[in-house]
Amino acid sequence: MSRRIPWVLVVALVAMWVPWLGSRFYTFLATDIAILALFALSLNLLLGYTGLVSFGHAAYFGIGAYTSAILMKTHGVPFALSFPAAGVVAALFALVFGFFCVRLTKIYFAMLTLAFAQIVWAICFKWNDVTGGEQGLPNVPYPELGWMAAIPGLGQMRAGDHFYLLVLALVAVAVAALRRIVASPYGRMLTVIRENPERAEFIGINVRLYQLSAFTAAGFFAGLAGALFGIFNRGVFPDFAYWTKSAEVLIMTILGGMGHFWGPAVGAMVLTLLNQQITSYTEYWPLILGTILIVLLFGFRGGIVGALAGLGRRLRRR
Amino acid sequence: MPEPAFLFGQFLGGLTAGMFLFTIAAGLSLIFGVLRVLNFAHGSFYMFGAYLGWQVMSWVGPGTEYFWLAALAAAACVALLGIAIEHCLLRHLYRREELYQLLFTYALVLILADCAKIIWGTGQLSVSRPPSLSGAVQIFGTTVPHYNLFIMLLGPAIALGLWLLMHRSRVGRLVRAAVMDREMLGALGANVGSLYTIMFGIGAFLAGLGGALVTPVKSIVPGMDVEVIVEVFIVVVIGGLGSLWGTFLGALVFGQVLAFGILIMPRFSIFAVFALMAIILIVRPWGLLGKPLR
Repeated sequence: MSRRIPWVLVVALVAMWVPWLGSRFYTFLATDIAILALFALSLNLLLGYTGLVSFGHAAYFGIGAYTSAILMKTHGVPFALSFPAAGVVAALFALVFGFFCVRLTKIYFAMLTLAFAQIVWAICFKWNDVTGGEQGLPNVPYPELGWMAAIPGLGQMRAGDHFYLLVLALVAVAVAALRRIVASPYGRMLTVIRENPERAEFIGINVRLYQLSAFTAAGFFAGLAGALFGIFNRGVFPDFAYWTKSAEVLIMTILGGMGHFWGPAVGAMVLTLLNQQITSYTEYWPLILGTILIVLLFGFRGGIVGALAGLGRRLRRR
Repeated sequence: MPEPAFLFGQFLGGLTAGMFLFTIAAGLSLIFGVLRVLNFAHGSFYMFGAYLGWQVMSWVGPGTEYFWLAALAAAACVALLGIAIEHCLLRHLYRREELYQLLFTYALVLILADCAKIIWGTGQLSVSRPPSLSGAVQIFGTTVPHYNLFIMLLGPAIALGLWLLMHRSRVGRLVRAAVMDREMLGALGANVGSLYTIMFGIGAFLAGLGGALVTPVKSIVPGMDVEVIVEVFIVVVIGGLGSLWGTFLGALVFGQVLAFGILIMPRFSIFAVFALMAIILIVRPWGLLGKPLR
């Protein structure tokens, strides 16, 4: 009888220990990874669970980032309100855009999501009065985290460490919600639609409605990730919504493995760490990323988690 | 109301931009029409065409005949690159989902962009116009450079050439048959694999040619690949993916929307073309002159 190791718990405990390493750099990396993991997991709700290939997921990341940054910086709204607002606004945009997108299939769906994302980017890029245009919105304020210092054991930490713990808690809640969604009967329906939309329609499922709701939910979580990233990055820029950003999160998802719930999070982690390592040696990170992607497409279809799971199965059979 | 001569100049500017884009978009549309692959790397082929054209020019020196030689040599090199990529890599992905093909061509974008940086650096490069086309003519009070006139004529010539290739040649007949039913054509003894390779090569050739010909008008910089692929996507989506005349129409529309959009809303003309693309996709996803898939 083999006991399962509670990986999620292990990872969560390790992640919580990062600030105690005392390195500003590790905290920085861990924050980056946690936020991008949420972003990639939100995309996988569409890609892996509903079978919708969105090539414009960065739009909702960008909308969330701008919403929270504009509220916090321009209007002085506290983080506790601007953070959920970012998710809601991103979800509203996803609802409107998704309404048109889910009526198309396959390549046309991908193209329309891309077109909407480019519209969002163009508006962010040009609407100087509100979005700061090409310059973006620098100096997004940190949330008020003084209360954290009052908690025993956290008093002597830096602001970055406090923010990291906040990000970790919020991401954990969001990911738990995502996990709950995909494991629910509703999530099973999404999988049915991915496997065979026609058959799903025949047994009386309103396919478009399910797809639209998944699109909206994915937009909501991407918006939350964007809001956190804007603060983490100390600024929000039009690039957040550019199509290459959408491609980047797709690569994370595929790299980790879209067939597993945790795949995209692993992809986000590996890609961020690799980026950190490789850019210290060479400026040609895109060249390496492209090569990794090609190897992945030809060699490891299930991504990292898929390959590990396959390996685990083979070992157990011995 | 602006003067008619100014509006006419604006119209010709739009037409030139549109015909430039058509040269590139025709290849993208051809590749999608036959292979059903949306090639993100098409912009990279265009960029390589520009850099290679500059490279050959710098070797052989200035002169009209050398300019054409450089443009054709660059396009041929890009075609060879395309053929190699299709033959060694892309063809193994045809049976997989679209997502994998999209990501594959995106990987090419990343790799080719860095290769260009390694070979040619990150500075601006430029090529002067061929001497025989460096003059200009007056049309209705507007000065039109000979070179722009040439581009305006080149677009229709390429469209006509592609139409003849697809509808009046044996290869074209086979290609159209392959689009209808690939397996049946294979069963009848045609080599569908090499047919696909040839079409990918022709598409890459057109992108390379467009890149080499743009060099006298625009300077060559890193990032021109990503910039052009977005524009070309809009063109083919408006006209209809896989439709030759649709792409032609899409290029004309795109050029004019951009030229006159700048007059009406100077800051949001870029927004206007994306909005146009979204509207077309919502109302008629297969484009103005395209046909629905399946």
